[in-house]
Amino acid sequence: MKLLTHNMLTSKCIKGVSVGYPLKINASDVKETEIDFNPEFVSKMIPKLDWPVLYEAADSLGKVGDLPKNIIENFENDEDFLKKVHHIMLEVEIVNGNLICPETGRKFPINNGIPNMLLNEDEI
Amino acid sequence: MFPCLKLRLLEERLQCISDFQKPKILLEQYVTPSHLGSHMLYTIQSQYGDISGKLVADLGSGCGALTIGAAVLDASLVVGFEIDEDAIKICQENVIEHEISNIDLVQCDVLKYAPSRFNDCFDTVLMNPPFGTKHNAGVDMKFLEIALNLSHNSVYSLHKTSTRKFILKRAESLGVKAEVLAELVYDLPTTYKFHKKKSVDIEVDFYRFTKQ
Ligand SMILES: C[S@@+](CC[C@H](N)C(=O)[O-])C[C@H]1O[C@@H](n2cnc3c(N)ncnc32)[C@H](O)[C@@H]1O
Repeated sequence: MKLLTHNMLTSKCIKGVSVGYPLKINASDVKETEIDFNPEFVSKMIPKLDWPVLYEAADSLGKVGDLPKNIIENFENDEDFLKKVHHIMLEVEIVNGNLICPETGRKFPINNGIPNMLLNEDEI
Repeated sequence: MFPCLKLRLLEERLQCISDFQKPKILLEQYVTPSHLGSHMLYTIQSQYGDISGKLVADLGSGCGALTIGAAVLDASLVVGFEIDEDAIKICQENVIEHEISNIDLVQCDVLKYAPSRFNDCFDTVLMNPPFGTKHNAGVDMKFLEIALNLSHNSVYSLHKTSTRKFILKRAESLGVKAEVLAELVYDLPTTYKFHKKKSVDIEVDFYRFTKQ
């Protein structure tokens, strides 16, 4: 699972959970893949991301490198910055581990790169 | 016209998608045939430029026919949402086979997991939704409403031609523009026990919905 996807997943669907975001990450296995760099796409995604959540996620995986803690100004024109964001958001992948609901502690297992967000009937 | 991989090459890629091993009837599991899937994807990209460089979702991604096709057409990322673990496993094998990495899969019940932070996030949502049988009539409309929430731009979907009036009316009341891009004949394999013939032809419409 890529960190772009993590940036959007919540556990709000659980009964009684009010925000369910961000999901904590407990990763046992992380990999890096290669994806074509598309600067326009990255520029377009940046305003939609929850930046602190992306930063925190990358940090918890030990992959934050020298990614700035805040979005920089005029990022559209800074290819170096866009490449870093591209890498963190699309190329770093959690292979195995758990996502954890910040309110209930409910674990959503990630197996083989796929988060299982299914809930039992009594959780809905 | 937008640049696009040749239709024939796309169809060849989709021909080698492995199918459901034991299709689950209640989930309406069948692969979008490669001929049909490739024409849909080719139209979406070449006519509207809605795949390449976009964030794309596939609802009920199954073995990945549309997900992989969109990834082959250079979507920046395709996120496939699928409820069934067996289908996801086959899809993963297909993804490895096709050597693509611009795909993420999420196991969830699309009808129950309302991923609210995803709302308006995707550029394009694709789907070949379950059409609904007696026990879950109208499920394709629920998929459509969810798809329209997820996309800030367009949704491409298949629905039975027999429901066209209803779909167009519903789209109007939701304030979205609906166009039937093509009328297709879909030959459903008889994974359905109650079908006596080897396959049945059903008429489906290929839609483009756009938010105004
Ligand atoms: C008609 S198949 C299409 C499969 C694939 N997208 C394709 O085009 O070949 C419908 C898919 O939706 C999945 N599905 C059915 N109900 C679902 C639900 N509530 N949530 C998520 N996926 C669902 C089924 O398991 C099946 O894989």
